[in-house]
Amino acid sequence: MSKLLESTLNPAHAVLDQTCLAGEPWMATVRAGQTLRILDLEGNQAVDTLFYSALDAQERYSAADTIARNGQLYLGLGSRLYSSAGRVMLSITADTCGRHDTLGGACSSESNTVRYALDKRAMHSCRDSFMHAICHCHEAGVLGLGKRDIAPNINFFMNVPVTPEGHLSFADGISGAGKYVELKAEMDVVVLISNCPQLNNPCNGYNPTPIRLLVWD
Amino acid sequence: MNAIPADRLLWEESLPGGNHWSGRLRRGTALRLTDLQGGANVSALFYNAGQPLERYSMPDTLKSQHTGFLTAGHVCQSDMGRVLCSITADSLGWHDSWCGVSDAAMVLARYGEKRYQQHRNAMHRNGRDNLLIELAKWGLGARDLVPGVNFFSKVVPDADGALSHVGGHSVAGSFVDLRFEMDTLVVLSSAPHPLDARADYAPADVQLAAWRADPVGADDACRTQCPQNGRAFTNTERYCGAAA
Ligand SMILES: [Zn+2]
Repeated sequence: MSKLLESTLNPAHAVLDQTCLAGEPWMATVRAGQTLRILDLEGNQAVDTLFYSALDAQERYSAADTIARNGQLYLGLGSRLYSSAGRVMLSITADTCGRHDTLGGACSSESNTVRYALDKRAMHSCRDSFMHAICHCHEAGVLGLGKRDIAPNINFFMNVPVTPEGHLSFADGISGAGKYVELKAEMDVVVLISNCPQLNNPCNGYNPTPIRLLVWD
Repeated sequence: MNAIPADRLLWEESLPGGNHWSGRLRRGTALRLTDLQGGANVSALFYNAGQPLERYSMPDTLKSQHTGFLTAGHVCQSDMGRVLCSITADSLGWHDSWCGVSDAAMVLARYGEKRYQQHRNAMHRNGRDNLLIELAKWGLGARDLVPGVNFFSKVVPDADGALSHVGGHSVAGSFVDLRFEMDTLVVLSSAPHPLDARADYAPADVQLAAWRADPVGADDACRTQCPQNGRAFTNTERYCGAAA
């Protein structure tokens, strides 16, 4: 089982402290040595997250490298997040939740038609939030990000258990109000978040809520 | 094993262990991958041949079918809610879609160095470079490299999610059939799976055989596997201009 560890960092000393509302994207650069905290303010919120090398958009978070090199389907304290070039981008240095998902990817208007019903296309989705960020955020413009850069992401606080027989399900979240995960950047990274608006499965407790993002030097 | 109908065979080709291949499979054709010696691993990526921004999506494929692995009855879904190909037959029951491919550093660390200058075509190749070489031939690159399918490989999780690669899973003659539901660019590497614990670099050769597939009926086993697959087929038929 994953271990839990509380952080010693004081929010009063953070160099960045922002709130991201449900259904909205967030993008920022975190420098090597800095620590990013993603805080689940009200609990049971899925936070869809991608990372890019701030120097080269071709190097990005790789779900497959992270799974294979950790030998683990879930992320928790001590997990290393690997890039597509096989390098450690960030490490999880504090965690009060216990498990984060590598397999579920982002919801999209198109996948909503498959998973729920053809007429769910009009519902708001994480990939649409990623697209919005790509079109508006300064960091995305600098890196030249486009749809081809939206690869399978991490879902912080989301619970997607897989049985030894290989059955995959979406289960009730194991997060709660005030739980958080902290990541230390091992290289300069650009963080792209969609604070998930999904209303059709239990990943958000059917009630998407805000998150808080803090960065320490 | 169903025999491939001789009158509808389009082509056959071998993919030697460690090598790479790419090609276009049209809607309505099928491809059989056969492990010739046992212990093969075929890492596969799939793209919409007309618009490669649409590509295989590991998360969408697994979550819509509530499965962690792939076998007959499953479909390989794109990130645009459509079916690239269906798995219509499978002698193995489990193919991995979690672990991606090995890279040059991994192969060097595990198997040692074998470069072309000394070893000619017995050199050590790796999955990532294999896929990148083929992607480059179609104007694609590292930004298009996503987690694909590792055919013939089985990786199981324990209750806490720790993974083990199952050795000896694929034997000589193991095969899997893919039926393409849209014109698809297929990119393959037959380098070893990244978690394969064997000390020797000895990936098996694979036979590729393509043929004209039977029409997909309303009662098709992949379409009716779950309501999600039915809707993905509907999306695909709308995209391809076919009557649903
Ligand atoms: Zn979402």
